Amino acid sequence: MAGAKEIRTKIASIKSTQKITSAMEMVAASKMRKAQDRMSASRPYADKMLQVIHHLAQATPEYRHSFMATERPRKRVGYIVVSSDRGLCGGLNSNLFRRLSAEIKEQQAAGIEPVFCAIGSKALGFFKRFGGKVLAQATHLGDTPHIEDLIGTVKVMLDAFEAGEIDAIHVASNEFVNTMTQRPEIRQLVPIAPAEKQEEALPYHWDYIYEPDAHTVLDALLTRYIESLVYQSVVENVACEQAARMVAMKAASDNAGNLIDELQLVYNKARQAAITQEISEIVSGAAAV
Amino acid sequence: MAMTIHVDIVSAEGAIHSGQATMVYASAEVGEVGIAPRHTAFISRLKPGDVRVENEQGEQEHFYVSGGMLEVQPNVVTVLADTAVRAANLDEAAAQDAKRRAEEALAGQQAGFEYAKAQAELAEAIAQLRAIEKLRKTKRG
Repeated sequence: MAGAKEIRTKIASIKSTQKITSAMEMVAASKMRKAQDRMSASRPYADKMLQVIHHLAQATPEYRHSFMATERPRKRVGYIVVSSDRGLCGGLNSNLFRRLSAEIKEQQAAGIEPVFCAIGSKALGFFKRFGGKVLAQATHLGDTPHIEDLIGTVKVMLDAFEAGEIDAIHVASNEFVNTMTQRPEIRQLVPIAPAEKQEEALPYHWDYIYEPDAHTVLDALLTRYIESLVYQSVVENVACEQAARMVAMKAASDNAGNLIDELQLVYNKARQAAITQEISEIVSGAAAV
Repeated sequence: MAMTIHVDIVSAEGAIHSGQATMVYASAEVGEVGIAPRHTAFISRLKPGDVRVENEQGEQEHFYVSGGMLEVQPNVVTVLADTAVRAANLDEAAAQDAKRRAEEALAGQQAGFEYAKAQAELAEAIAQLRAIEKLRKTKRG
Protein backbone atom coordinates (compact mmCIF):
# COMPACT_ATOMS: atom_id res chain seq x y z
CA MET A 1 0.00 0.00 0.00
CA ALA A 2 3.06 2.28 0.16
CA GLY A 3 2.70 3.30 -3.49
CA ALA A 4 -0.97 4.10 -2.97
CA LYS A 5 -0.18 6.38 -0.08
CA GLU A 6 2.40 8.28 -2.10
CA ILE A 7 -0.07 8.77 -4.90
CA ARG A 8 -2.67 10.03 -2.44
CA THR A 9 -0.26 12.67 -1.12
CA LYS A 10 0.56 13.72 -4.63
CA ILE A 11 -3.11 14.09 -5.51
CA ALA A 12 -3.67 16.22 -2.41
CA SER A 13 -0.75 18.47 -3.30
CA ILE A 14 -1.95 18.96 -6.88
CA LYS A 15 -5.43 19.70 -5.59
CA SER A 16 -4.14 22.51 -3.42
CA THR A 17 -2.16 23.93 -6.34
CA GLN A 18 -5.32 23.79 -8.41
CA LYS A 19 -7.17 25.72 -5.74
CA ILE A 20 -4.57 28.48 -5.90
CA THR A 21 -4.58 28.69 -9.69
CA SER A 22 -8.36 28.78 -9.90
CA ALA A 23 -8.46 31.50 -7.23
CA MET A 24 -5.90 33.50 -9.21
CA GLU A 25 -7.98 33.03 -12.32
CA MET A 26 -11.04 34.52 -10.65
CA VAL A 27 -9.08 37.42 -9.17
CA ALA A 28 -7.58 38.17 -12.59
CA ALA A 29 -11.03 38.08 -14.20
CA SER A 30 -12.41 40.68 -11.83
CA LYS A 31 -9.31 42.86 -12.08
CA MET A 32 -9.44 42.66 -15.85
CA ARG A 33 -12.96 44.07 -15.90
CA LYS A 34 -11.90 46.99 -13.72
CA ALA A 35 -8.85 47.64 -15.90
CA GLN A 36 -11.05 47.66 -18.99
CA ASP A 37 -13.28 50.26 -17.35
CA ARG A 38 -10.25 52.42 -16.67
CA MET A 39 -9.16 51.98 -20.25
CA SER A 40 -12.41 53.41 -21.56
CA ALA A 41 -12.50 56.10 -18.86
CA SER A 42 -9.22 57.59 -20.02
CA ARG A 43 -10.28 57.87 -23.63
CA PRO A 44 -12.42 61.04 -23.60
CA TYR A 45 -9.55 63.05 -22.13
CA ALA A 46 -7.11 62.11 -24.89
CA ASP A 47 -9.74 62.48 -27.62
CA LYS A 48 -10.72 65.92 -26.43
CA MET A 49 -7.11 66.97 -26.22
CA LEU A 50 -6.37 65.77 -29.72
CA GLN A 51 -9.27 67.86 -31.01
CA VAL A 52 -7.95 70.97 -29.33
CA ILE A 53 -4.38 70.28 -30.47
CA HIS A 54 -5.46 69.85 -34.08
CA HIS A 55 -7.45 73.00 -33.95
CA LEU A 56 -4.57 74.91 -32.40
CA ALA A 57 -2.18 73.56 -35.00
CA GLN A 58 -4.45 74.83 -37.74
CA ALA A 59 -5.24 78.14 -36.12
CA THR A 60 -1.60 79.06 -35.57
CA PRO A 61 0.25 77.54 -38.50
CA GLU A 62 3.27 79.80 -38.02
CA TYR A 63 4.12 78.08 -34.74
CA ARG A 64 5.23 74.49 -35.09
CA HIS A 65 5.98 72.78 -31.83
CA SER A 66 8.97 70.46 -31.98
CA PHE A 67 6.72 67.48 -31.09
CA MET A 68 4.70 68.14 -34.22
CA ALA A 69 7.63 68.98 -36.45
CA THR A 70 8.36 66.93 -39.50
CA GLU A 71 10.57 63.88 -39.16
CA ARG A 72 14.23 64.56 -38.78
CA PRO A 73 16.95 62.09 -39.78
CA ARG A 74 17.14 59.41 -37.13
CA LYS A 75 20.28 58.59 -35.23
CA ARG A 76 18.85 57.59 -31.89
CA VAL A 77 15.34 56.43 -31.15
CA GLY A 78 13.72 56.22 -27.73
CA TYR A 79 11.47 53.36 -26.71
CA ILE A 80 9.10 53.51 -23.78
CA VAL A 81 8.64 49.86 -22.92
CA VAL A 82 5.52 49.08 -20.92
CA SER A 83 5.49 45.70 -19.18
CA SER A 84 3.86 44.12 -16.16
CA ASP A 85 5.39 44.06 -12.70
CA ARG A 86 4.58 40.46 -11.98
CA GLY A 87 4.87 37.20 -13.85
CA LEU A 88 2.50 34.24 -14.14
CA CYS A 89 0.78 35.85 -17.08
CA GLY A 90 1.71 33.51 -19.88
CA GLY A 91 3.85 34.80 -22.70
CA LEU A 92 2.65 38.38 -22.42
CA ASN A 93 5.95 40.03 -21.60
CA SER A 94 8.10 37.58 -23.54
CA ASN A 95 6.10 38.25 -26.70
CA LEU A 96 6.51 41.98 -26.25
CA PHE A 97 10.24 41.67 -25.67
CA ARG A 98 10.61 39.41 -28.67
CA ARG A 99 8.79 41.94 -30.83
CA LEU A 100 10.98 44.70 -29.41
CA SER A 101 14.20 42.75 -29.99
CA ALA A 102 13.28 42.22 -33.62
CA GLU A 103 12.64 45.94 -33.99
CA ILE A 104 15.91 46.86 -32.29
CA LYS A 105 17.83 44.49 -34.52
CA GLU A 106 16.28 46.16 -37.54
CA GLN A 107 17.10 49.63 -36.23
CA GLN A 108 20.66 48.71 -35.40
CA ALA A 109 21.13 47.30 -38.89
CA ALA A 110 20.05 50.72 -40.16
CA GLY A 111 22.61 52.38 -37.89
CA ILE A 112 20.08 53.74 -35.40
CA GLU A 113 20.90 53.49 -31.74
CA PRO A 114 18.02 52.67 -29.39
CA VAL A 115 17.59 54.08 -25.89
CA PHE A 116 14.96 52.92 -23.46
CA CYS A 117 12.57 53.91 -20.74
CA ALA A 118 11.37 50.96 -18.70
CA ILE A 119 7.91 50.86 -17.15
CA GLY A 120 7.27 47.77 -15.04
CA SER A 121 9.74 45.46 -13.28
CA LYS A 122 9.76 42.90 -16.10
CA ALA A 123 11.00 45.47 -18.60
CA LEU A 124 13.67 46.63 -16.18
CA GLY A 125 14.77 43.04 -15.60
CA PHE A 126 14.85 42.47 -19.33
CA PHE A 127 17.18 45.43 -19.88
CA LYS A 128 19.39 44.26 -17.03
CA ARG A 129 19.95 41.00 -18.83
CA PHE A 130 19.86 42.36 -22.35
CA GLY A 131 21.87 45.51 -21.75
CA GLY A 132 20.72 48.71 -23.41
CA LYS A 133 20.75 52.28 -22.25
CA VAL A 134 17.86 52.89 -19.86
CA LEU A 135 17.22 56.60 -19.36
CA ALA A 136 14.40 56.34 -16.86
CA GLN A 137 12.23 53.77 -15.19
CA ALA A 138 9.02 53.46 -13.21
CA THR A 139 8.07 50.22 -11.52
CA HIS A 140 5.51 48.94 -9.02
CA LEU A 141 2.65 50.96 -10.42
CA GLY A 142 0.19 48.40 -9.13
CA ASP A 143 -3.20 47.54 -10.60
CA THR A 144 -4.36 51.16 -10.62
CA PRO A 145 -1.56 53.15 -12.21
CA HIS A 146 -1.68 56.90 -11.69
CA ILE A 147 -0.52 59.51 -14.12
CA GLU A 148 1.72 61.20 -11.56
CA ASP A 149 3.86 58.06 -11.43
CA LEU A 150 4.54 58.48 -15.13
CA ILE A 151 5.15 62.23 -15.39
CA GLY A 152 8.83 61.94 -14.51
CA THR A 153 9.65 59.11 -16.90
CA VAL A 154 7.80 60.74 -19.78
CA LYS A 155 9.49 64.06 -19.11
CA VAL A 156 12.93 62.48 -19.29
CA MET A 157 12.13 61.17 -22.75
CA LEU A 158 10.50 64.39 -23.96
CA ASP A 159 13.43 66.44 -22.67
CA ALA A 160 15.84 64.15 -24.51
CA PHE A 161 13.78 64.62 -27.64
CA GLU A 162 13.73 68.40 -27.34
CA ALA A 163 17.45 68.46 -26.65
CA GLY A 164 17.98 66.52 -29.88
CA GLU A 165 19.44 63.49 -28.09
CA ILE A 166 16.79 61.26 -29.59
CA ASP A 167 14.93 61.80 -32.82
CA ALA A 168 11.72 59.90 -32.17
CA ILE A 169 9.88 58.29 -29.29
CA HIS A 170 8.04 55.02 -29.63
CA VAL A 171 5.95 53.21 -27.10
CA ALA A 172 6.04 49.42 -26.96
CA SER A 173 3.14 47.81 -25.15
CA ASN A 174 0.50 45.17 -25.49
CA GLU A 175 -2.71 45.98 -27.26
CA PHE A 176 -5.87 44.52 -25.80
CA VAL A 177 -7.66 42.84 -28.69
CA ASN A 178 -9.89 40.64 -26.58
CA THR A 179 -9.60 38.41 -23.54
CA MET A 180 -7.86 35.66 -25.48
CA THR A 181 -5.65 37.84 -27.65
CA GLN A 182 -3.12 40.50 -26.71
CA ARG A 183 -0.96 41.87 -29.45
CA PRO A 184 2.46 43.42 -28.84
CA GLU A 185 2.53 46.79 -30.57
CA ILE A 186 5.13 49.48 -31.15
CA ARG A 187 3.65 52.88 -31.93
CA GLN A 188 5.25 56.21 -32.61
CA LEU A 189 4.48 58.90 -30.06
CA VAL A 190 6.68 61.76 -31.14
CA PRO A 191 6.79 63.39 -33.64
CA ILE A 192 3.01 63.33 -33.68
CA ALA A 193 1.77 61.98 -36.97
CA PRO A 194 0.01 64.65 -39.04
CA ALA A 195 -3.73 64.41 -38.65
CA GLU A 196 -6.16 63.58 -41.40
CA LYS A 197 -7.04 66.98 -42.70
CA GLN A 198 -10.41 66.33 -44.30
CA GLU A 199 -12.42 65.93 -41.10
CA GLU A 200 -10.71 68.89 -39.52
CA ALA A 201 -11.45 71.23 -42.41
CA LEU A 202 -13.00 74.22 -40.70
CA PRO A 203 -16.14 75.61 -42.25
CA TYR A 204 -15.13 79.14 -41.32
CA HIS A 205 -12.14 80.56 -39.62
CA TRP A 206 -12.28 81.08 -35.91
CA ASP A 207 -9.72 81.13 -33.19
CA TYR A 208 -9.48 80.93 -29.45
CA ILE A 209 -8.66 83.72 -27.10
CA TYR A 210 -5.44 82.43 -25.56
CA GLU A 211 -4.39 82.93 -22.04
CA PRO A 212 -1.47 83.60 -21.68
CA ASP A 213 -0.55 82.84 -25.33
CA ALA A 214 -0.86 80.13 -27.96
CA HIS A 215 2.63 78.74 -27.49
CA THR A 216 2.36 78.20 -23.76
CA VAL A 217 -1.05 76.64 -24.15
CA LEU A 218 0.15 74.34 -26.92
CA ASP A 219 3.23 73.32 -24.91
CA ALA A 220 1.16 72.43 -21.88
CA LEU A 221 -1.40 70.58 -24.00
CA LEU A 222 1.13 68.53 -25.94
CA THR A 223 2.99 67.40 -22.84
CA ARG A 224 -0.27 66.32 -21.24
CA TYR A 225 -1.40 64.66 -24.41
CA ILE A 226 1.74 62.53 -24.65
CA GLU A 227 1.47 61.68 -20.97
CA SER A 228 -2.12 60.61 -21.40
CA LEU A 229 -1.15 58.38 -24.34
CA VAL A 230 1.53 56.70 -22.24
CA TYR A 231 -0.95 56.39 -19.40
CA GLN A 232 -3.42 54.73 -21.76
CA SER A 233 -0.77 52.23 -22.84
CA VAL A 234 -0.01 51.45 -19.23
CA VAL A 235 -3.68 50.95 -18.36
CA GLU A 236 -4.21 48.85 -21.46
CA ASN A 237 -1.19 46.77 -20.52
CA VAL A 238 -2.69 46.16 -17.07
CA ALA A 239 -5.86 44.88 -18.74
CA CYS A 240 -3.72 42.67 -20.99
CA GLU A 241 -1.76 41.37 -18.02
CA GLN A 242 -4.91 40.38 -16.17
CA ALA A 243 -6.45 38.79 -19.26
CA ALA A 244 -3.27 36.84 -19.98
CA ARG A 245 -3.05 35.77 -16.36
CA MET A 246 -6.66 34.66 -16.39
CA VAL A 247 -6.07 32.49 -19.46
CA ALA A 248 -2.80 31.11 -18.12
CA MET A 249 -4.34 30.23 -14.77
CA LYS A 250 -7.34 28.61 -16.44
CA ALA A 251 -4.97 26.43 -18.45
CA ALA A 252 -3.05 25.58 -15.27
CA SER A 253 -6.25 24.63 -13.44
CA ASP A 254 -7.34 22.43 -16.35
CA ASN A 255 -3.96 20.73 -16.49
CA ALA A 256 -4.10 20.10 -12.76
CA GLY A 257 -7.54 18.54 -13.24
CA ASN A 258 -6.22 16.19 -15.92
CA LEU A 259 -3.26 15.25 -13.78
CA ILE A 260 -5.53 14.49 -10.83
CA ASP A 261 -7.74 12.28 -13.03
CA GLU A 262 -4.76 10.30 -14.27
CA LEU A 263 -3.31 9.89 -10.79
CA GLN A 264 -6.71 8.83 -9.45
CA LEU A 265 -6.76 6.04 -12.02
CA VAL A 266 -3.28 4.87 -11.04
CA TYR A 267 -4.24 5.06 -7.37
CA ASN A 268 -7.37 2.95 -7.91
CA LYS A 269 -5.36 0.32 -9.76
CA ALA A 270 -2.78 0.16 -6.99
CA ARG A 271 -5.49 -0.15 -4.34
CA GLN A 272 -7.26 -2.89 -6.32
CA ALA A 273 -4.00 -4.80 -6.76
CA ALA A 274 -3.32 -4.62 -3.04
CA ILE A 275 -6.78 -5.96 -2.22
CA THR A 276 -6.48 -8.78 -4.74
CA GLN A 277 -3.14 -9.73 -3.29
CA GLU A 278 -4.50 -9.80 0.25
CA ILE A 279 -7.41 -12.00 -0.74
CA SER A 280 -5.18 -14.46 -2.53
CA GLU A 281 -2.91 -14.58 0.52
CA ILE A 282 -5.85 -15.30 2.80
CA VAL A 283 -7.23 -17.97 0.47
CA SER A 284 -3.90 -19.69 0.02
CA GLY A 285 -3.34 -19.49 3.79
CA ALA A 286 -6.74 -21.13 4.43
CA ALA A 287 -6.01 -23.85 1.85
CA ALA A 288 -2.72 -24.63 3.59
CA VAL A 289 -4.56 -25.18 6.91
CA MET B 1 -35.88 78.43 -19.54
CA ALA B 2 -32.48 79.88 -18.92
CA MET B 3 -29.78 79.45 -21.53
CA THR B 4 -27.38 76.67 -20.69
CA ILE B 5 -23.96 75.52 -21.71
CA HIS B 6 -22.66 71.96 -21.68
CA VAL B 7 -19.87 71.29 -19.21
CA ASP B 8 -17.47 68.37 -19.32
CA ILE B 9 -14.86 67.91 -16.66
CA VAL B 10 -12.51 65.11 -17.63
CA SER B 11 -9.20 63.92 -16.30
CA ALA B 12 -6.76 61.40 -17.71
CA GLU B 13 -8.05 58.82 -15.25
CA GLY B 14 -11.74 59.29 -15.98
CA ALA B 15 -14.69 61.59 -16.50
CA ILE B 16 -15.50 63.68 -13.45
CA HIS B 17 -18.62 65.60 -14.42
CA SER B 18 -20.84 66.11 -17.40
CA GLY B 19 -24.01 68.18 -17.61
CA GLN B 20 -25.74 71.47 -18.40
CA ALA B 21 -24.95 74.68 -16.57
CA THR B 22 -25.99 78.29 -16.60
CA MET B 23 -22.62 79.52 -15.44
CA VAL B 24 -19.16 78.05 -14.89
CA TYR B 25 -16.47 79.63 -12.74
CA ALA B 26 -12.84 78.58 -12.85
CA SER B 27 -9.53 79.98 -11.70
CA ALA B 28 -7.62 80.60 -14.91
CA GLU B 29 -3.98 81.50 -14.97
CA VAL B 30 -4.54 85.27 -15.01
CA GLY B 31 -7.48 85.31 -12.64
CA GLU B 32 -10.90 83.88 -11.99
CA VAL B 33 -13.14 83.63 -15.02
CA GLY B 34 -16.88 83.17 -15.27
CA ILE B 35 -18.17 81.46 -18.39
CA ALA B 36 -21.75 82.14 -19.45
CA PRO B 37 -23.50 80.35 -22.33
CA ARG B 38 -22.42 81.63 -25.76
CA HIS B 39 -19.06 82.67 -24.47
CA THR B 40 -16.56 83.21 -27.23
CA ALA B 41 -13.93 80.54 -27.91
CA PHE B 42 -11.34 80.70 -25.20
CA ILE B 43 -8.51 78.55 -23.98
CA SER B 44 -6.41 78.91 -20.86
CA ARG B 45 -4.36 77.08 -18.34
CA LEU B 46 -5.96 76.58 -14.95
CA LYS B 47 -4.45 77.21 -11.58
CA PRO B 48 -5.10 74.74 -8.78
CA GLY B 49 -8.46 75.67 -7.32
CA ASP B 50 -12.20 75.34 -7.47
CA VAL B 51 -14.27 74.86 -10.57
CA ARG B 52 -17.84 75.84 -9.77
CA VAL B 53 -20.70 74.76 -11.97
CA GLU B 54 -24.05 76.49 -11.49
CA ASN B 55 -27.00 74.51 -12.79
CA GLU B 56 -30.48 75.63 -13.82
CA GLN B 57 -31.81 75.36 -10.28
CA GLY B 58 -29.20 77.83 -9.16
CA GLU B 59 -27.30 75.19 -7.20
CA GLN B 60 -23.55 75.25 -7.32
CA GLU B 61 -21.38 72.19 -7.56
CA HIS B 62 -17.73 72.44 -6.61
CA PHE B 63 -14.90 70.46 -8.14
CA TYR B 64 -11.36 70.83 -7.02
CA VAL B 65 -8.80 70.62 -9.79
CA SER B 66 -5.06 70.71 -9.26
CA GLY B 67 -4.53 72.59 -12.49
CA GLY B 68 -5.26 71.74 -16.08
CA MET B 69 -6.67 73.33 -19.18
CA LEU B 70 -9.92 75.16 -19.79
CA GLU B 71 -11.36 75.12 -23.27
CA VAL B 72 -14.48 77.12 -24.11
CA GLN B 73 -16.56 77.02 -27.23
CA PRO B 74 -19.92 78.77 -27.53
CA ASN B 75 -21.88 75.70 -26.42
CA VAL B 76 -19.34 73.60 -24.62
CA VAL B 77 -16.96 74.13 -21.74
CA THR B 78 -14.30 71.46 -21.30
CA VAL B 79 -12.09 71.28 -18.26
CA LEU B 80 -9.13 69.00 -18.86
CA ALA B 81 -8.21 68.47 -15.24
CA ASP B 82 -4.82 67.34 -14.03
CA THR B 83 -4.91 64.55 -11.51
CA ALA B 84 -1.50 65.47 -10.18
CA VAL B 85 -0.16 68.72 -8.81
CA ARG B 86 1.94 70.16 -11.60
CA ALA B 87 4.66 72.73 -11.53
CA ALA B 88 7.81 73.07 -13.59
CA ASN B 89 10.07 72.33 -10.63
CA LEU B 90 7.89 69.42 -9.46
CA ASP B 91 7.99 67.89 -12.95
CA GLU B 92 11.71 68.39 -13.03
CA ALA B 93 12.04 66.66 -9.66
CA ALA B 94 9.94 63.76 -10.92
CA ALA B 95 12.12 63.48 -14.01
CA GLN B 96 15.29 63.52 -11.91
CA ASP B 97 13.75 60.87 -9.70
CA ALA B 98 12.94 58.63 -12.66
CA LYS B 99 16.50 59.00 -13.96
CA ARG B 100 18.00 58.28 -10.57
CA ARG B 101 15.83 55.17 -10.19
CA ALA B 102 17.04 53.89 -13.56
CA GLU B 103 20.65 54.49 -12.61
CA GLU B 104 20.15 52.85 -9.24
CA ALA B 105 18.42 49.87 -10.77
CA LEU B 106 21.25 49.28 -13.18
CA ALA B 107 23.79 49.84 -10.41
CA GLY B 108 21.68 47.58 -8.20
CA GLN B 109 22.43 44.80 -10.64
CA GLN B 110 26.02 44.86 -9.44
CA ALA B 111 24.99 45.07 -5.77
CA GLY B 112 22.54 42.19 -6.21
CA PHE B 113 25.22 40.08 -7.79
CA GLU B 114 27.63 40.70 -4.96
CA TYR B 115 24.94 39.95 -2.41
CA ALA B 116 24.36 36.57 -4.02
CA LYS B 117 28.07 35.94 -4.04
CA ALA B 118 28.29 36.80 -0.34
CA GLN B 119 25.45 34.41 0.41
CA ALA B 120 27.12 31.62 -1.50
CA GLU B 121 30.36 32.19 0.36
CA LEU B 122 28.52 32.21 3.68
CA ALA B 123 26.75 28.94 2.86
CA GLU B 124 30.10 27.39 1.92
CA ALA B 125 31.65 28.49 5.22
CA ILE B 126 28.76 26.99 7.20
CA ALA B 127 29.04 23.73 5.28
CA GLN B 128 32.76 23.59 6.02
CA LEU B 129 32.12 24.15 9.75
CA ARG B 130 29.58 21.34 9.79
CA ALA B 131 31.94 19.02 8.00
CA ILE B 132 34.64 19.75 10.56
CA GLU B 133 32.24 19.08 13.45
CA LYS B 134 31.24 15.76 11.92
CA LEU B 135 34.87 14.79 11.48
CA ARG B 136 35.58 15.56 15.15
CA LYS B 137 32.61 13.47 16.31
CA THR B 138 33.62 10.47 14.23
CA LYS B 139 37.22 10.73 15.53
CA ARG B 140 36.03 10.84 19.15
CA GLY B 141 33.53 8.05 18.60
